[in-house]
Amino acid sequence: MGQRTPLFDQHLAFGAKMVDFGGWDMPLHYGSQVEEHHQVRRDCGVFDVSHMTIVDITGAQAQDWLQHLLANDVARLGFMGKALYSAMLNEAGGVIDDLIVYLTDFGYRMVVNAATRDKDLAWMQRQTTGFDVTLTERSDLAMLAVQGPNARAKVATVVANARASLIDGLKVFQGLPEGDWFIARTGYTGEDGLEIMLPATEAASFFNELVGIGVAPIGLGARDTLRLEAGMNLYGQDMNEETSPLAANMGWTIAWEPQERNFIGRAALESQRTQANLPKLVGLVLDERGVLRAHQLVKVAGIGEGEITSGTFSPTLGKSIALARVPATTADRAEVEIRGKCYPVRVVQPNFVRQGKILV
Amino acid sequence: MSNTPNELRYSSSHEWARLEADGTVSIGISDHAQEALGDVVFIELPEVGAQLEAGQTAGVVESVKAASDIYSPISGKVIAINEELADQPELVNAEPYDSWFFRVNPSNPAELEQLLDAAAYQAACSADA
Repeated sequence: MGQRTPLFDQHLAFGAKMVDFGGWDMPLHYGSQVEEHHQVRRDCGVFDVSHMTIVDITGAQAQDWLQHLLANDVARLGFMGKALYSAMLNEAGGVIDDLIVYLTDFGYRMVVNAATRDKDLAWMQRQTTGFDVTLTERSDLAMLAVQGPNARAKVATVVANARASLIDGLKVFQGLPEGDWFIARTGYTGEDGLEIMLPATEAASFFNELVGIGVAPIGLGARDTLRLEAGMNLYGQDMNEETSPLAANMGWTIAWEPQERNFIGRAALESQRTQANLPKLVGLVLDERGVLRAHQLVKVAGIGEGEITSGTFSPTLGKSIALARVPATTADRAEVEIRGKCYPVRVVQPNFVRQGKILV
Repeated sequence: MSNTPNELRYSSSHEWARLEADGTVSIGISDHAQEALGDVVFIELPEVGAQLEAGQTAGVVESVKAASDIYSPISGKVIAINEELADQPELVNAEPYDSWFFRVNPSNPAELEQLLDAAAYQAACSADA
C-alpha cells in the first residue's frame, strides 16, 4: 500500500481507478481520461495534487540561499506572491528537480515533485551549510489544483468573500495567503486556474463542495495529457539528473545575469552553452493514425537520431503528439519508428495547446 | 466487476469470439480488456482476405495508456473488418461486445470449443488481478 493523500476516500467514492505514482496511491481517472481532459479545456476540473511537497523557507539569508540553490534567480520576484519556475541543478548541471517558488511575507514557499521528495530535501538540507536559513516541510497542507477557463469563477462561488476577492485580484503566476489558505494562479495544464494549499483537515469538504457545483474530479492521466499539450516537462521523463536544462527546453529558466551569481551547476552550464552539438527538446505531431510513446526512436534524415521523452494521444488535436530530444540542427520534419514501421512527423515548438487554442 | 456474456468464448489474451448464425466468427476484446486499457484512441485491423492462424497477431489497439496486440483466437480467413471503429474507437470502451473488430470464416470450427467459456475466463481474470 502506498501513501495516501487526505482525499483518498473521496477518490474511491467518486469511482477512481487508483495507481501508484511515486509511492502514492493516486487516481488515474474516474471513468474516462479523455472526457476529463476535455472537461478541463472546456470548463474546469479539480485535481488532488496533495502528494506534491511544499517547503517553506525562512531565515535572514533565505534569498541568498535560493540564489545559490536555483538556476533561476529569485531576485526576479518583483512583488509579493510572485511565482518563479526553476530548475535545481547538481554541480554537473544535471536537473535534480524542477519546482515553483513563491515570494511570501515570511520568506519563500517552494513546491517540488512528489517522486523526488526525499532526494530534494536531502540535497537542499545539505546546501544550507553556512546559510542562516530554515526549511520547513508543510505536510500539514493539502493541495488542490482547479484548472480550466471557468476555474476561478467557480471556486469564487464556494469560498468566503475575502478569498473570492483575492482570487479575483490575483495576477497570473501569483500566490497569496488568506487565513491559513494559500491561493495561487498557477497550474500544469496550459489553462487559467488555481492551485490552492489548505489545511489537510479542510481538503475533503472543499473537494466535495467543488464536485457538488459541477467541478469534475480529474485524474493523473488527464493531468499528463494536459501538461503535454501545454508543452510542459515532466520530471523523470523529459529531464533528469543526466539532462542539461539546455537540452530540455529550459534555457529560458536560467538566469545568466548577474554574472557574479554563482548558482550550483553554473560552471557546467557555461561550458555546455558553448557547445553547438547539445541536443534540443522539440515537439512532434503525428498526422497519421498511431500513438507516439516515450522511448520511440526519432530519425532525422541526413542528421542523426533522437528519442521521444513523452508521447501521448492529444484529445484536443485528435492526433498524437510528443516531446522528443533530437539533434540541434533538426528542422521541421522527422520520422518516428513505431513497431518497426517509420511514420513521418512534423517537428514543432513544444507548445501544442494554450488556453483551449491549438497552436500547431 | 466486468461484464462477461455467457454466449461468447474467450481467449486468455482477452479477445472474445462469437459464432454467428451464418457460421462465421466475430472477434473483439472483452470488457475486462477495455477497462484495463483505458480510453481506446486508435485501432489497427487486419486486411480483408488475410489468412490468420489461431494465436497470430491480427491488429493493435492503442489506448491512452499503451499499445496492445490483438490475437486471432481461431484460424480462418478474414471476411470483414469493422470500419466504424476507425472513426469511433471509443465504441470499444462503451460497447465492447457490440464492437467486433473483424470476422473470420473459420478453417476449423472446433477451435471455438477449445477457447474459455465465460466462467473459466472470469476465473482467469480474477487470478490476474
